Amino acid sequence: MVEKTPWLDLLTYTLLILGIAIVGFPIFYTFVAATLPLEEVARIPMPLIPGDQLLVNLKTAWIKGNLATQMWNSFIMAAGITVGKISVSMLAAYAIVYFDFRFRKIAFVSVFCTLMLPVEVRILPTYEVTANVFGPIQRILEAFQVDTLIRFFTGNRFKISIELSLLDSYTGLILPLVASATATFLFRQFFLTIPEELCEAAKIDGASPMKFFTKILLPLSKTNIAALIVIDFVYGWNQYLWPLLITTNPKMMTAVIGLKRLIPQMDDLPTWNVALAGALIVMMPPVMVVLFMQRWFVKGLVDAEK
Amino acid sequence: MLKRSYFSSTYLPYLLILPQTLVILTFFYWPATQALFQSFLLSDPFGVKTQFVWLDNFTRLFSNQLYWKSIGITFFFSFSTALLSIATGLLVAAMANRALHAKAIIRTLLVWPYAIAPAISGIVWLFLFHPSFGVIAFSVMRWFGIHWNPVLDGADALFLVIIASAWKQISYNFVFFIAGLQSIPKSLIEAAAIDGASPLRRFRVITLPLLSPTLFFLMVMNVVYAFFETFGIIHTVTQGGPGGATMTMVYKVYKDGFVGLDLGSSAAQSVVLMIVIVVLTALQFKYVEKKVQYTG
Repeated sequence: MVEKTPWLDLLTYTLLILGIAIVGFPIFYTFVAATLPLEEVARIPMPLIPGDQLLVNLKTAWIKGNLATQMWNSFIMAAGITVGKISVSMLAAYAIVYFDFRFRKIAFVSVFCTLMLPVEVRILPTYEVTANVFGPIQRILEAFQVDTLIRFFTGNRFKISIELSLLDSYTGLILPLVASATATFLFRQFFLTIPEELCEAAKIDGASPMKFFTKILLPLSKTNIAALIVIDFVYGWNQYLWPLLITTNPKMMTAVIGLKRLIPQMDDLPTWNVALAGALIVMMPPVMVVLFMQRWFVKGLVDAEK
Repeated sequence: MLKRSYFSSTYLPYLLILPQTLVILTFFYWPATQALFQSFLLSDPFGVKTQFVWLDNFTRLFSNQLYWKSIGITFFFSFSTALLSIATGLLVAAMANRALHAKAIIRTLLVWPYAIAPAISGIVWLFLFHPSFGVIAFSVMRWFGIHWNPVLDGADALFLVIIASAWKQISYNFVFFIAGLQSIPKSLIEAAAIDGASPLRRFRVITLPLLSPTLFFLMVMNVVYAFFETFGIIHTVTQGGPGGATMTMVYKVYKDGFVGLDLGSSAAQSVVLMIVIVVLTALQFKYVEKKVQYTG
């Protein structure tokens, strides 16, 4: 640093170690609890030295919590949201930045305003739409009295009824979370920094718009895409409210929600070792993604939210 | 903004923007308008009969003591969570920024909890504070003689969810503070050091004011997080109890609408939350303008 301050340096490292301990202790404790047999974990206070039951507990949690199915569901959901979010918002940003069309401004503003509508503020109506995605169309048809109109012209009794429920399906888990204002902004911001000459050159060479997109924009966006993969995978994996609402079938439940059933209740055996072993399993995939892609993660977080 | 050189096509831009538009119309705007619409309706739980009641749902909501209690709890919860986790994040980031050794490891160790789901954070802290098995509950009992029981005591339960929520958010704040600290020019700090300002004074007079945009941004983001994303923590840890002591506004929307099937009231509460988030977003964008001035 600027000057020699041995005392302050000591304080710095002390506070850092303390900070790391505060941040890491709950997880360390979880790990220790997950390695102990039931008698040990129920002892007060619980020992702080790891035991040898880790594999047993992991296995019990895996079977008891039906984690094989749930982890797979979580993975499909997280991967689907990641791929969906990135492709949908990249295409939209491309249209907004590189094309002049009538509804450009409206398209941009309407994407922007979704920032103000997180799923938590529209729980019930979103559930209703998901229960029947064609509900809105149905209601519009009813409002315009299309039935009566057709009856008037054809003379037949006529009733239009379309229904498609996305409850308990991967589509239902993924689709409503695929729109993303932040990702669209990130790509828009990035496309604006790309030199004009690239597009001009591509046009002179006779490249079609889609060719320009796949051959030039896509390779240039690699780091942005990597950053968004980390952020969106973690986001998708850790979703709670939405899967809780729309999955009733245990076969469609995601891992983070399923964990709740492993928590011992008041009158149960205190099988906290199993519950916390389950927690360790479920937190592993996103933690791995963040650890291995830390550089992109930090970039993604800082860029996407500003 | 549009590029100077752009493509012209009559159909392609519409095609490109179609997927995004379909998703936001179906799953964002339609439900939001439905919520607005339903907040003026009164219907029985089976949705057989509905009638238009103007602002009745809102007057009923705001004359309800429980809703005011929930508002109070939400604000207390959000600001405590935000302050606690911002303060910790700032302290750790300032220290990590000073550290010269083991930089990469320190950062990794502080960053990775970001990946942990709020619900899992809830489970972990529930165990740490468990009245019979939790080590923290045990230590508190032994050292301070306080009986800790989040299952029965409302204040204890609220404290527990605040800790669990704030802990999960430390990494997030840390990342932004580190980014903010690194963008402060070293020359400013050095000049102040030459003028004889102590490290603490330099931090207070130079670093903190230059960090104020980050600070403000994080305040808004943390409050948004505490309002909306802590649902998982509350659902796993307390389910809004005991006696409604941790019933935040979002949890109440879920509970009244989904469990209690009071559609009108739930919709009215959704509208109130929309207003809250519109205000928060507006605040956040004021910050963005400020930030542009700082970085020139």
